[in-house]
Order: sequence, then structure tokens, then C-alpha cells
Amino acid sequence: MSKPQVINDEAEVKLARYQVIHDTHYRYSAPVSLAQQLAHLVPRDCAWQVKHQCQLEVSPKPCMRHDGLDVFGNPLTRLVFERPHDTLKVSAQMRLDVLARPAAVLQDSPAWEDACAALSYSGTALPADLLDASRFRFQSPYVQVKHNFAKYSADCFVPRRPLLLAVQALMNKIFTEFTFDAVATQVATPLLQVLQERRGVCQDFAHLMLACLRSQGVAARYVSGYLLTQPPPGQPRLIGADASHAWVSVYCPRQGWVDFDPTNNIRPALEHITLAWGRDFADVSPLHGVILGGGSHDPDVQVTVLPLTEDGAIAQA
Amino acid sequence: MADLLADYSLNDAAYNELLDTDGQVRPHWRRIVEQLQRNTPFQLQLRQDLLARQIQENGITYNVYADPEGADRPWELDLLPNVIAADEWQVIAKGVAQRAELLNQVLADLYGPQTLLADGLLPAELVFGHNNFLWPCQGIEVPGATYLHIYAVDLARAPDGRWWVTADRTQAPSGAGYALENRQIVSRAFPDLYRDMRVQHLAGFFRTLQETIARQAPADGETPLVVVLTAGRLNESYFEHLYLARQLGYPLVEGTDLTVRDATVYLKTLAGLRRVHAILRRLDDDFCDPLELRIDSALGVPGLLDAVRQGRVLVTNALGSGVLESPGFSGFLPAISEKLLGEPLLLPSIASWWCGEPPVLEEALGKLPELLIRPSFPSQSFDPVFARDLDEPQREALEQRLRNRPYAYVAQEVAQLSQAPVWQSDKRCLAPRAIGMRVFAVAGPNGYRVMPGGLTRVAAQADAEVVSMQRGGASKDTWVLGSRSTGSESWQGMRPLGVADLVRSDPYLPSRIVENLFWFGRYSSRCEGNARLLRIMLSRYVDDDDDPRALEAVLSLGERLGLLPDGEGGQTLEQRLEQALLGDEWPVSLRTNLQHLIWTAGSVRGKLSQANWQALLELQIEAQELEVQQTDFGEALDFLNGLVMSLAALSGFALDDMTRDDGWRFLVIGRCIERLQFMSESIASFIRSPMVDDQSALEWLLELGNSSITYRTRYLATAQLIPVLDLLLLDDQNPHAVLFQLRTLLNSQARLVERFDLPASSKLASLERQLSGFSLATLENSLFGPSSVRAVLNGLAQLLESIAQASAEISDQLALRFFVHVDASQRTQSS
Repeated sequence: MSKPQVINDEAEVKLARYQVIHDTHYRYSAPVSLAQQLAHLVPRDCAWQVKHQCQLEVSPKPCMRHDGLDVFGNPLTRLVFERPHDTLKVSAQMRLDVLARPAAVLQDSPAWEDACAALSYSGTALPADLLDASRFRFQSPYVQVKHNFAKYSADCFVPRRPLLLAVQALMNKIFTEFTFDAVATQVATPLLQVLQERRGVCQDFAHLMLACLRSQGVAARYVSGYLLTQPPPGQPRLIGADASHAWVSVYCPRQGWVDFDPTNNIRPALEHITLAWGRDFADVSPLHGVILGGGSHDPDVQVTVLPLTEDGAIAQA
Repeated sequence: MADLLADYSLNDAAYNELLDTDGQVRPHWRRIVEQLQRNTPFQLQLRQDLLARQIQENGITYNVYADPEGADRPWELDLLPNVIAADEWQVIAKGVAQRAELLNQVLADLYGPQTLLADGLLPAELVFGHNNFLWPCQGIEVPGATYLHIYAVDLARAPDGRWWVTADRTQAPSGAGYALENRQIVSRAFPDLYRDMRVQHLAGFFRTLQETIARQAPADGETPLVVVLTAGRLNESYFEHLYLARQLGYPLVEGTDLTVRDATVYLKTLAGLRRVHAILRRLDDDFCDPLELRIDSALGVPGLLDAVRQGRVLVTNALGSGVLESPGFSGFLPAISEKLLGEPLLLPSIASWWCGEPPVLEEALGKLPELLIRPSFPSQSFDPVFARDLDEPQREALEQRLRNRPYAYVAQEVAQLSQAPVWQSDKRCLAPRAIGMRVFAVAGPNGYRVMPGGLTRVAAQADAEVVSMQRGGASKDTWVLGSRSTGSESWQGMRPLGVADLVRSDPYLPSRIVENLFWFGRYSSRCEGNARLLRIMLSRYVDDDDDPRALEAVLSLGERLGLLPDGEGGQTLEQRLEQALLGDEWPVSLRTNLQHLIWTAGSVRGKLSQANWQALLELQIEAQELEVQQTDFGEALDFLNGLVMSLAALSGFALDDMTRDDGWRFLVIGRCIERLQFMSESIASFIRSPMVDDQSALEWLLELGNSSITYRTRYLATAQLIPVLDLLLLDDQNPHAVLFQLRTLLNSQARLVERFDLPASSKLASLERQLSGFSLATLENSLFGPSSVRAVLNGLAQLLESIAQASAEISDQLALRFFVHVDASQRTQSS
């Protein structure tokens, strides 16, 4: 969860090609006798992303492996380990292209009140895309819907403002008022505490923004993925220097889903690689499991995002 | 009659179950009133007392969450049943069955195609906003398309005599077990009436439940094993879980008793894993699987959802069924009934306003003072509130709250409950009280079957309008009159059992229960030793005349055993004794050990007989009295005397009252290990001290070994070393002697070695040979003078210390072999 520098968005570029390596390594202090793991490490198919190759290497060999889709349409790998093991290594390697998306014109979006009203129950039939968006309008394990969040975002949601302009204002507000601090929070840090202390990491900012949006009645989902970062000037790209990233996607009745990255105050384009989306982190955490035994364990997670040239060679920074 | 109804006033605003508007007894109540009239108030009070005693004896309780100790509260049951006439019941039963069918179809739609949402018949807000709508369950196909196996509905009777629905229970409806228990008690209080009035039986309901589970469980050719999954003994209706499990003949298990391997659920027993085919869950669905549902749940079974998905196990009610408990649904049901069933909804719901639609919100706000405001979802931190109870600023705050998030609130008309007669013990007459009725339906092969009866709940106070067991109300049996179906209604033993079915032990005993029985044995024996030692210390301390050296000796024994804090902290002896007895910060105080004992007893309650449990309850009451004891050692001594007796009763139950299965064997081993350790260490410590020949010291040693009387009857003399050691060490007819305990332990161990194919341990056996070969004559041999006697004693002490150590090792070995998977900590991780 680094605070990355973003490469300049060059409008004429239509495609970016990447290799991503995502290694998770658990070293347990006591043997694990039984483990069940769910991995969201295979990127989902979407209109702006083409997957060329993706493999998931798991060690030790699981007793059971099943690849399928979760209820939100994300690729999900189920792993079961029934023999004692004291390490677990899951390594995902993927090559994919990110395509340029047509830029949403923010001021063309409907007033945010109308957008919310379109999603609200009116006793009439609900079209499929609105029903799908409705999944992401409410409280979820890491995202509370509370008056505090509505209050915090009230100055962005002024009457009759176009929805996407209001969302942009909220993204800007969070980016400006919050400090990126990799040690301030853990996964379980309650959002109200994040709001109070005004610091956190990308996951916290995404959850906070979702809480504000949903407290206003907007449908918004959590996107898990990666971000291309630039090494410091004059230094080579380091393997494992990157991290998982998270941002949000907002449903607008006219434009469909539009992404916003509150950690960097930008709208994701060619540098954001999408893995999965859900209501929040709990739905799409890259590797989630229940283990028996294990003692204390902190995972060693290494992510490397390598830009490739069109012929697949590693591009030089 | 005039006497009985002297205090019985008619409330014009409410329907009265007993009297019509003219004050005449309604026809279906006449029989019961005539019968009551034939009794004197005194006789009726006797029956009510009998009821209360039976409840206590059966151990029927209801836990109140608000109580930090999770203490049980006795179930309250009124002497009089509520009586419903046959024709009236037909209407109710038809309505309840239809509603169950409808709600089942709603669940099938929500976890399937969601057309009700797409068609605008249900708001997405109510479903997707509900924390019990479980996304990972969408698309799972359940056997027979049955989501609701048991459904319960809360009904209230309006002043016009019609019954209205106030709430739907779809998650894991509780109360059916209490209804059955109420029936068994009240029918015994009025056996003649019960027979003459042709009250309909409840057994068919439970039989249908068993049959449905057996039919739908994926048995794969095996006899299905069904378990009742409970959240544990702190749950408010744990008694009912226990009771239902016993009545239905299913093992009662907790999440940690189950494991999922290869998408199949297994029960962990001492003899290994046994496949579970169906789970009757009394645990909320979101807690059922920490892998895919609530990741913070420590109560569930990781992987359960996938086992359900693969069709390897039946879960009743289906995971995800809790979503329908939102009060917001009821207003939408009439239209859904027309759509899904093509017929009008028979049972009306109490008027409600789901605030998610702006015009509805405004309407509700317009009549706010008349309404009850409830949260749409259980995750909200908002308790239902009667708006009429609020002052102006509070009402404005509530209005603001509703406007901020309207879809999260439901306004309901306040139900005017009907009134039924209850027996008043203090006035010895009948009085009217508000009642509500919970009615149950179970899925059968041809639709839902409604239990002819139910749980009638009674408001706690005369003027109360809310019925809730949580808030301290009582309950009533519910008598539905009418013609009984012919044939026997006894439902136990659905098929005749033959010789081939004979079972001599419980094959489905979870390892966790066995481990707790083991610790139950250890703690009961530990408390006993502890109490005896403290009694000796206190009595010698209180009784100044005694030999002060005897007191010194017993105190130093207490210190060496680690039961008495040493005086290095500068405390007085009095403070140290008090700490050993009651100390919060002293980890091995008697009070702490008693708490452990009561805790473990609670977790093996299903294995203890009614009488045994009763003895434990009394022990608990005694232990609570100890809390308020001040430093009065005289009272403390009284307490210790009582405690030693109660603990002896416990051990009597263990010997006399339990079948000799694996659980019992571990209990006995636990007791033995503890007693062996305690007596071996005490005697070793004693014979190493210079007090070996001190008469008063020998006296207390006999007392510690509970052998004073035996000694006196045998020797008619004061205590002397050789006979005391014979009695406490070597007499294999004395159950308190070390050798006796050693042999019992060896025997029990041999049984386990045989049964579970364990490597036999020879250490204990060789110690037994050494001890039984020990000759007390060596102590008489004065050939080498006192120093040789000392050497013999030291050798003996060493042997005893080895015995104590070896028994501790056995405890560790058993834990490693049998309980290691019970203890392994389960955790979730995300990265």
C-alpha cells in the first residue's frame, strides 16, 4: 500500500501492457494442520482490460483447488490444505493490456439527487443495471453507512450538483485532508477512527469514500488492483517495491461505472490494473483464509508491476 | 367463581380471551373455569408451586444477555393455559401455513433470480441493505427448494377478535422446545382436564421435522447423522437447544466440534471423524462460516457454506433465511402473495409503514406519536421506540434520524394485545394480562404443518403492552381444542428398534464434551482437596487451643502446594487465608477453582442427569454466597463444611448416575489424577517435615485424606504414624488412599489403551509395584536408629513425588492424544 507517484496521463496513448507479479508468503511459527484459503488473484475480464496470461502457483500443493467465479463475477480460487504445513506461498503472475477508456464528461452527469432517486424504490420495475448497482449502495462489513460520513461529505454534495462532479469534489477533499501513512492503520481499523485521525492507506481512503458516497445514497463499489509506480529518479525499478492498490467505482445512471482513486486524486486510466470488485475489501481480499494452528504469522507480500513494450520486453524507465 | 375472578377487571379497549363483552365466560373456557371452581385457592396455589418446582427440577432456564455473568433465569410458566377453540384455530393454522409457504418462495426468489426486486414488488433497499442477506449464498440450490424448515410467527389479537402478525421469525426460530416443555408440565398439573378437553397434541410437529430432515439430508446411502448446532451456553435459549437435541435425539454440538474436509462436514469424536449429513442450526446464519460469511465469527464452521454449495450437507433453516425477519417486508406481502401464490394473503400483518418511499415516510411522520418505530435491519444500533414515550426534542431527533436514512426504519401501529387470565400467587386469584402468541410451522412433504398450540407469552406487568421473555415476562401453554387425529401420537421411536439397533454408548460424543468432562472431574476433585485443606487451616486458626505447631505445619503444606500465598508480601495470616479462600488476584483461590468447576459443568450439562445438575445449581448458589462473606472465618468454616458435602454428592452422582461411556471414563481419570497428585504431594510434604510424629499434625493429615472416622473406628486410638500411613497410602480398600487411586487410574488407562490402541505406558505401573511393595515395617526397624527411619521416609516421599509427577504426565499425554484438535486455535487471515 505505497503512496505512488503517478506517471503523467498521456492522452494519445491507447494501451499499456504489463506484467504483474504478486507473491504472498506466510511463514508460520507453528504448523498449520488445516487451512482453507480464498484467492482473488486472477484479474477479472472487463471491457478495458485484456488478459493474455495468468497463472497461480501454490506451494505446498493444496489437497483441493477449484477455480470459479464469485457472486460478483470475479475469478475466485478456492484452496484447501489438509496436511500440516509451516509455510504457504501463493504466487500470481499475469500479463495483460489496459486499454484507454472513453473519458466520462463529469459535468454531463445527472444531478446527484436524481441519480440517487433513480436507484430508490418507487414501486416500479428496476432495470437490470440499476438492480446490479443497488448491490453497492448499502452497508457492508468494512463500510458503515452513518450520518457522520454524510456530514463529512455534505459540502461536496451541494444541491443539484452533477453526480460525478460531486464525487470528484469528495475525492479531492479526502486527498487534501488526509495524510497517507502506511503505519497508521490496519485492515481492521474502524472507519470512524480513520475519519477522526485523518490518516490511512489506500484501502482506508477507498472505504472512507465508499462510506461517504453510500451515506449520500450513491451506489459505489470497491476495486482491488495494482498501480504502476515510478522508481525514484536515477534508480532502477526494484522487484517487490510495489503494492496492492484500491480505489472506488461510482455508478452513474447515464455514464455507467466511473472510477476514482482518492489516494492519488485521479481518475484511473492506463496505470490502474483491475483485479476484482465488490462491496469492500472483505469481498475481494487477494488472499483470505481460515487456518487451524499456525501461531503468530505475518505475511510477506511482494508486488511488482512491470511495464512492457508491445513485443513483451520489459520497458526501461 | 366469585372469589377467583374478584380481581378480574374487563378492559374495554382489549379483547378478552376468557370473557365476552357481557362478562360471560366464553364457551371454550367453561370447562376449565368449572374445574378451577372446584378447587380452593389454596389448592390452586399448590399446583402453581408444583409447576415452579418442576421447572426448577428440569433446569428450564432462559438466559438474559444483559447479565454479564450470563446467568440463567428460571423459566416462568403460568398455571393456566391459554385456550383456543377448534374453529378459530383452523383459520389461524391455514393463515400460518400459507404465510410460511409464501416466505419460503420469497427466499427462493431472493437467492435465485431476484424477480421480485426487478418487478418492483420488493425494494432492493430492504434486501441488499440487510446484513443477513448473504451474498455468497446467492445461486445455491437447496434440497426440495426448502429454505424455511421451521417458521415461527408472532401473533396478537386485536380488540375485534382477529389475529394479526406482529413479527416473522425465519432465522432459527426459538420457542418450539419451550412450548413442548410447557405442555409436558401443564398437562400434568391438569391431567383430567387435558384429557377431557381433547387438547391437540404437539408431537406431530416434531415428527414432521425429523422426517423432513431425514428426507432432505444428502445421506448417500448412510443413516443420516443430524446435529443441533448451538452458539453455546451463553445464548439466551441454550436450554431449548439442549432440550430439543434430547427430544429429537440429535447430538448438540458447537462450531468447534465440526470440521469440513473435502467439502464434507464431520463431527470430531474420540473415535475419529464422523460424517454429518444435516445440521439443525440454532446459530445465526452470518456466523456459520468464518471463511465466506462473517470473518470475525468464532462460532462457525469454516468451509460449511461450500459443503452446502456442493450439496454435501443439509442446513436448516437454509443459510440466508434471516433476511426475512426485517419488519419492512410485511407491507409488501399482500401483493407478493397475489403474484406468487395467486391468492390473497390470509393472515393480515399489523399496519406498517416502510419509510423508504417518500410519501410513506411523510404519512408515518404525520402520525408519529401513534407509532412504534423499529429498525429495518438488526445491524442498526437502534432499539424499537414508542414515539408517544418521547418528549418534543426527542421526537424531533427521531424525525431527523428517519429523514437521514429513511429506508432503515419501519413504523408500525402499536398492537393492542388481548388479555388472558393468569394466576396471581400473592392474591390467590385470577387477573388479566396482555398476551401474544408465537405459532410454529414445519415443512412437510405436502406443504407446511402448523403446530396445534404454541408459546403464549405474558406481559410482565399488569399495564404492560409488550410481551418479551428478554424483558422478564412469563409464558403459558396454549391449548388448541378439537378432535384429535386418530392413532397414537407418541413420536419417539418412529420405527421399531430391534437387537441390531442396540447401542451401549453414545457414538457421537464430541471430543470437546469429553475434554470438558475430564476437566469437570479434575476441578471437582481439586475443589474438594482445596476445601479440605482450607478447612483444616481455618479451624486450626480459629481454634487457638490446638497445638500451634500443627497450624504451622498445615500452613507450610499449603504454601508448598501453592495454595496459600506466602507471607513475603507482608500480609497478615488472616489476609493470606482470605486470599486463598476468595482472592481475585490469587489464581488458585478456592473461589477461582469453583468458578472453573461451574464453567466446565455448564459445558457438559447435556451429559449430566437432572439431579446432578440440580446439585451443581445448589453449589453455584453456595459459591455466590461465598462472594458476600466477609472475614468472618466462623461463617467461612460453615461454608466449607457445606461445600465438602456438596462436592461429595457430585462425586456420588459421577459414580452412580452416569453410564460408563468414554465420557465417564475421562471424568473418572480426571478425578483420579487430581486426587493422586494432591494426596501424594501432601503426604510427601508431610513426611519430609519434622512433624511426622506430632499427633495433632497426624490428625489433620487424616482429615485431609477424609479418613479420620475410619481410623478411629479401626484403632480407637490417637493418630500415630504407621497406621496413618497404612490407611492413607497402602490400604487399597480406602478410596482416599494413594494406592487405591493409583490402581483406579491404571485400570481406566488400560481400558483406553485397549479401546483406542494406545501405546501402554509402563511408568505408572512400575510406580504402583514399588508402592504396593513398600513395607511399613522398615519404619519399625530401629536397628540403625532415627537416621535410618528418616532415610526410609525420605525415600517414600521421593516415590510419592514421582507418582504425582507421573500422573501429571498422563494428563498431558491424554490431552495430546485426544484433545489436541479441540484446543488448536482457529484464526482468519487476510492479505
